[in-house]
Amino acid sequence: MAAALRKAMSFNSKTARWVNAWLLLSPAAVLMVAFTHFPIVGGFFASFFSTARPGRPSRFVGVENYTSMLNDPVFWQVLGNNFFYALGTIPLSVSLALLMAVWVNGRFRGRAVVRAAYFTPTILPMIAVANIWLFFYTPQIGLLDKIRSLFGLASHSWLGDPGTALACLMVLAVWKDAGFFMIFYLAALQAIPPELEEAAVIEGAGRWYFFRRITVPLLMPTTLFVVVNATIHSFKLVDHIFILTKGGPDNASSLLLYYIYEVAFSFWDTAYASTLTVVLLAILGALAVGQFAYLEKRVHYR
Amino acid sequence: MIRGVDEGERLEMLAAWLLAFLWAAPLLYAAWAAFHPMDFVSRFDLRAPLTLDNFRSAWKVAPFARYFLNTFLLVCMTLAGQLIVCTLAAYCFARFEFPGKNVAFLLVLVQIMIMPDVLIVQNYLTTSRLGLVDTILGIGLPYMGSAFGIFLLRQAFKQVPQELEDAARVEGAGWLSILLKVYVPLTRPTYLAYGLVSVSYHWNNFLWPVVITNSTTTRPLTVGLSIFGAPESGVNFSVISAGTLLAVSPLLIAFLLFQRQFVQSFMRSGIK
Amino acid sequence: MKQKWMRVLGGLVLAVVLGATAASAAVELNMYYPVAVGGPITKIIDDMIAEFEKTHPAIKVKAVYAGNYDDTRVKALAALKANQPVQLSVLFSIDLFELMDQDVIVPFDDLATSAEDKQWLSSFYPALMQNSKAKGKIWGIPFQRSTIVMYHNKEAFKEAGLDPNKPPATWKEMAEMGQKLTKKDASGNVTRWGVLIPSTGYPYWMFQAFCIQNGRELMNQDGNQTYFDRPEVVEALQYWRDLAAKYKVMPEGTVEWGTLRQKFLEGATAIMWHTTGNLTAVREGAKFDFGVSMLPANKRRGSPTGGGNFYIFKKASAEERQASLQFIKFMTSPEMTARWSMATGYVATSPAAYKTATLEKYIADFPAAAVARDQFEYSVAELSVHENARVKKFLDDAIQSVLTGAKSPQDALSGAQQQAERVLKSYR
Repeated sequence: MAAALRKAMSFNSKTARWVNAWLLLSPAAVLMVAFTHFPIVGGFFASFFSTARPGRPSRFVGVENYTSMLNDPVFWQVLGNNFFYALGTIPLSVSLALLMAVWVNGRFRGRAVVRAAYFTPTILPMIAVANIWLFFYTPQIGLLDKIRSLFGLASHSWLGDPGTALACLMVLAVWKDAGFFMIFYLAALQAIPPELEEAAVIEGAGRWYFFRRITVPLLMPTTLFVVVNATIHSFKLVDHIFILTKGGPDNASSLLLYYIYEVAFSFWDTAYASTLTVVLLAILGALAVGQFAYLEKRVHYR
Repeated sequence: MIRGVDEGERLEMLAAWLLAFLWAAPLLYAAWAAFHPMDFVSRFDLRAPLTLDNFRSAWKVAPFARYFLNTFLLVCMTLAGQLIVCTLAAYCFARFEFPGKNVAFLLVLVQIMIMPDVLIVQNYLTTSRLGLVDTILGIGLPYMGSAFGIFLLRQAFKQVPQELEDAARVEGAGWLSILLKVYVPLTRPTYLAYGLVSVSYHWNNFLWPVVITNSTTTRPLTVGLSIFGAPESGVNFSVISAGTLLAVSPLLIAFLLFQRQFVQSFMRSGIK
Repeated sequence: MKQKWMRVLGGLVLAVVLGATAASAAVELNMYYPVAVGGPITKIIDDMIAEFEKTHPAIKVKAVYAGNYDDTRVKALAALKANQPVQLSVLFSIDLFELMDQDVIVPFDDLATSAEDKQWLSSFYPALMQNSKAKGKIWGIPFQRSTIVMYHNKEAFKEAGLDPNKPPATWKEMAEMGQKLTKKDASGNVTRWGVLIPSTGYPYWMFQAFCIQNGRELMNQDGNQTYFDRPEVVEALQYWRDLAAKYKVMPEGTVEWGTLRQKFLEGATAIMWHTTGNLTAVREGAKFDFGVSMLPANKRRGSPTGGGNFYIFKKASAEERQASLQFIKFMTSPEMTARWSMATGYVATSPAAYKTATLEKYIADFPAAAVARDQFEYSVAELSVHENARVKKFLDDAIQSVLTGAKSPQDALSGAQQQAERVLKSYR
């Protein structure tokens, strides 16, 4: 290594190229360090200090923030909510996405319209669609209850019942994301050579058999990509909570990032918010490690 | 379709259309509410009178023009920053060998998993120290060093034949002109894809802007819309629908006009 | 942004240069304002500001409308922390202790020193001033203030065989009348509820009304002690829960604050409790005859006051503070207050305003507008303690957990009290 370095240094042009390389990289490096790496490290440090309040400067408190987090029932609730939310939305939106992609990949009249309908929610702001969905869910006068009343069903406080509030958010998330994930499946489907299906048909394989035994395995890398993305989404996208429930009732629909926002910008307890952020980062980090480990082992990745 | 359309497939098409209708319903419904008087918010009567009053009152009660301008500035500024920063970095990763390259690339990849969106607490403190709270630059800056952009462009640059670069070099071109005359033109579709994805992302982004903006002069549409949609004394749903439609219309219209480009851009952006 | 800074800087330089004649240089004031952007309030405020600027050419006021009360507090504090120019704001009256703890506001006693000023300070309703006083000083001036009143649909009353001009006056009556007013369709589903009391947004506020009516306040005057687990408080929450669980006049689960007005207007409930700030909007939107009355009593009548006060920030210069004071005095003058009250439905904050010719005539035509004023006699301060946002959330969560049937009132409130204790004990 040292020898290689010395050799490299001796070539003037090579040194110049290094300098050039780092110059090219520097704007990105500065920005990324400032807004990604520094906050990760800085937040970790901040979690060991108390929040400064007027008259009470910040001081080192060791793991105190972590112990109060473990004793904070709201933390456990939002964490539980978040896992439930992820488990509820990901399989549904991913399988719907696959279904949509298969449909849209076929040839039929009005395909473009159908595809547009599936995809449109993706390009709309979550805030905007939450405004619309709020009125769906409003008891009695909302659309959902109006439709239910046609079938003689009682009105229900969808967002006001801890049993349904989170589910309401999940339905919205599935609606918003499925079309987005469809796109990736669509790209993958178009990469599958059509001869494959022709050959399968000649051999007498049914469509379902072909789908199950050929298409799905071929789509494996895409599925992994989509699932990882969907998981990140479920921890990162909390916009709809602002409009629909504000995390209520009694935190039944609050997610981890929304709780972080509340603690940081409503209670102004930045130390505790940093502690919560460390947990969120640990989850995302574990996800990344898991993804790479899985890739190494299973999927033949390009 | 290889075989003729059989019964099963017809059923499938029906399901596909049904799902499409379900997926379009919220938007169609918002349009219904926005173009009719409040009495018809949840009564569907084809003879209901059409009106533009809701749009008028929405436009009157919230400074939508300013919000549009803010969002437009935000999206343009962010994209411009991203394109410059990411092009340089991507070129560096694609064509340069230098010590620390692998570590540097790994550090870039960190941001694919951990985006600035989840780092609001510390980023708020940093932005505040820079004096950029409540500025449009402050909303865009954390996103300008985009790992996703670097990654995407690096992949594209790697596809460019080395011989083209060598030929340009023989002609005495420096790296900047090679970048601008060889790489950028050859990877235009990637730029288009990244641009569209970035624009829709930042047009729709909410959490960071709501944290970092304080006033009408900086608030993007999404933040304005959240205030508009959750008033202190209660909502008037027709007006909110109208405001919501106003806010989404530019991107929606662009999408409906250039559907193919949008879909292909998002497709391209997902292929690793 | 840069331009704004330059302008502020320029203004400062000018002020220094002009020295004694500084009064002739324009003072620029930035004010955060919590507003229902879905309503016409921004326009009303802007008009009032324009009028002020006409009579006070040396002062320019810029209002920044920042959403609901919580958002506005967050935004104003953020602006102060980021060293942005903001000299005064209308913020939640109950944020008083939080603002004092953050050390960002100045007491009005130090600014309003002349005899005329002192008289102005004592011209407001005492019930409204409770939330302004701490440590023997006055920190806030009531402006966008409200209380809770009861709206009822007179046609629904007639239909149920009740006297439309006799809304329930006690808890017992409200439950009984509510049962008569609750209407079901053929399949037994409720099409109209008897009573809806919102439990999102500001659940603690509605709850405080129940507690006062049951003879118990929720906190002490110093804002460092809460009484969430007292028997009267538990009883109050039990009654609220019973409205759904026992009397079945209200739906299970929480009732959404934001959409409640529209529900009342569409006849989905016969009675609603809501802020007086909704009065004008209900009047404009109702296609039926409706009545407004004081909240019913149990041991006594009562409602908390609510809404926003003017505050002046410490960061403002002496000159800016005086300019802010002038502006606030203008906005709270009887004529302006009367106009504001008529346009919005918020209460007028001083007896003098109710004596103006315009407001007197308005009330003669629309007696409902006087209900809130009459209720002042029974009103008390809204819940306000140190670290208010956090303590309030403990109570909000407890209320919601009971209303959704997850916990008993006793358990939920004891838990909230313990949590509040942990936070508040360091402020004693």
